[in-house]
Amino acid sequence: MPTELNALAALPEIVVLTAAASILLIDLFVPDDRRHVSYWLTQLALLVAVCVTLTTLRLDSVTAYHGLVIDDMLADFLRIACFLAVSLILFYSRSYLVARGMFRGEVFVLMLFALLGMQVMITGNNLLTLYLGLELMSLSLYALVASRRDDARSTEAAMKYFVLGALASGMLLYGMSMIYGTTGSLDLGRVAHAIFARQGSPALLTLGLVFVVAGLAFKLAVVPFHMWVPDVYEGAPTPITVLIGTAPKIAAFAMALRLLSTGLQGASFDWQGMLIVLSVLSMVLGNLIAISQTNIKRMLAYSTIANMGYMLLGLLTANRYGYSAAMFYVVTYALTSLASFGVVMLLSRHGFESDRLDDFKGLNQRSPWWAFIMLLVMFSLAGLPPTVGFYAKFMVIEAAVSDGFVWLAVIAVMTSLIGAFYYLRIVKLMYFDEPVETLPIVVRGDTQLVLSVNGLLLLLLGILPQQLIGLCAIALTQSNFP
Amino acid sequence: MSFQTFTFYAFAAILVFAALRVITTRNPVHAALWLVLSFFTAAGIWLLLQAEFLAIALVLVYVGAVMVLFLFVVMMLDVNFDSLRQHFRSFLPVGTAVGMLVLLEMALVIVGSAVGRTVSAPAAPAGSNTQALGMLLYVDYVYPFEIAAVVLLVAIIAAIALTHRKRREMKHQDPSAQVRVRASERVRLVSMPSEKPPV
Repeated sequence: MPTELNALAALPEIVVLTAAASILLIDLFVPDDRRHVSYWLTQLALLVAVCVTLTTLRLDSVTAYHGLVIDDMLADFLRIACFLAVSLILFYSRSYLVARGMFRGEVFVLMLFALLGMQVMITGNNLLTLYLGLELMSLSLYALVASRRDDARSTEAAMKYFVLGALASGMLLYGMSMIYGTTGSLDLGRVAHAIFARQGSPALLTLGLVFVVAGLAFKLAVVPFHMWVPDVYEGAPTPITVLIGTAPKIAAFAMALRLLSTGLQGASFDWQGMLIVLSVLSMVLGNLIAISQTNIKRMLAYSTIANMGYMLLGLLTANRYGYSAAMFYVVTYALTSLASFGVVMLLSRHGFESDRLDDFKGLNQRSPWWAFIMLLVMFSLAGLPPTVGFYAKFMVIEAAVSDGFVWLAVIAVMTSLIGAFYYLRIVKLMYFDEPVETLPIVVRGDTQLVLSVNGLLLLLLGILPQQLIGLCAIALTQSNFP
Repeated sequence: MSFQTFTFYAFAAILVFAALRVITTRNPVHAALWLVLSFFTAAGIWLLLQAEFLAIALVLVYVGAVMVLFLFVVMMLDVNFDSLRQHFRSFLPVGTAVGMLVLLEMALVIVGSAVGRTVSAPAAPAGSNTQALGMLLYVDYVYPFEIAAVVLLVAIIAAIALTHRKRREMKHQDPSAQVRVRASERVRLVSMPSEKPPV
């Protein structure tokens, strides 16, 4: 175990923790009608965290806290992605929270703690830190899902999420204990070393791996560990749904990458097979079941399942090229998902959730601009050029093909054709149907601006994707992934 | 058989028996008390391994605090365990089948790889047990220790945020308003016309 402390490497974590604790205290002295003070303080904390991450950005990788934490380009890049995602969620959800009496300090503080958990997952270099980060994130999310206490669906969703999440954590922990038992270390570097040196029993290692992959699959929401996703997406308040659907996916991707690549690259032959099964099942089931949904939150839940299946295509190649494609996929998926839920929240108002597909009928007549943004989102989710979703799908499929999985690529293309049906159905509802709802859409100015930028980014990144693709590739190269 | 081995087997036998009783007894209060007994014997086994700090912590924290709290909860909540057991039988066949399958698979792997292994003797730390634990917790593993503290903080915040609610229909006192009250607000003098005497 290296002895240096190197606390600077964890500065963004320290900033977020300090901010969360301070806002928790300050919020006590803020009167109910000035709750926006806590809101803007949270936004400020996220801005400071982004700045701190950028100033401490480094090209090489460095371990801190006796090797428990690793700070590399991958960590910095994904941390910033998570900060921005949470900040955008706050921008989009402000009116929604105010209208439902959820504009409270606890919500912001719990979001920050969930974010801290994600950061710990992203920078974890040890089974212990990865697990603790995951628990911190999950625990905050369970509480956030239940935050509308008087809503029966919300409470039910929280209960399901909690019970299944606890089970998944147990499985992950059990798998980690097996890996520890056979390799004799919790440190990912040493685990990798022990596997390459063929220490310990390979059967025990594979058994541990099965449990670890099952736990990860639950957090990534892939079939057959997806049962919680539709109910939680539908039952949770929309801002929490989008929080579950975006930043934690980035963190879970980072955790999967660290565990499977840094730690268990030596067992890649075993986990490759498992990921192939998960990926195929997710792509097929996610896209097929999404067709029959009438609630947009449930539809987007199945869309998440399918999209995580595509993301796994990149991860399962077990080489740097595939990892960078998967990373590009997960980041751009988070961006697209943010915009989709942003529009859903935009159309909702007090006492009206706007979560049925019919609520999107004739959106073009009510507001051509938001219909256009939603059109971009749906094109991106369907993987149509010139949006960023096209490049994301193209890159993971290319990674799979170049690694020899042509049949996987065929399944991916077929299922994304099926998927295009239900994404384009939304476009049809918006442009060719008569509106049911005729009330004007009232939106705050800052929400309008941020959501428009987010939507246009999908188009911009679709036309000029090189910078982001290059950034993903550099982050992985600099972070010494095999 | 040395005395140490004898003590170990005695503790181990009581521990296994108590643990079995925890899940077989019908009365939840008895189950909690059996759990207390199993904690005590586990602490005894730790003492045999010269891990005196852990043994004392187990008795103080789990027996002294957690289990007593648990007993209170069990007694106060008055959970109807019979209604919880209602669906037990209908899920039993599937549950048993899946459980046995997983158990069998794991037994095959673990027995196959653990046979012939020798268990190393407990490594006694150079200084005292407590000092060694302190070094590990507050120096080597300070980062996960702090994260664990944050997890507990989140648990507290979540518990309060989810259960603390102001009910509007509830009548409650406002002491500051009571203190600030003035005599003029307390007593209202009403002048009423005197009634006419009955004729």
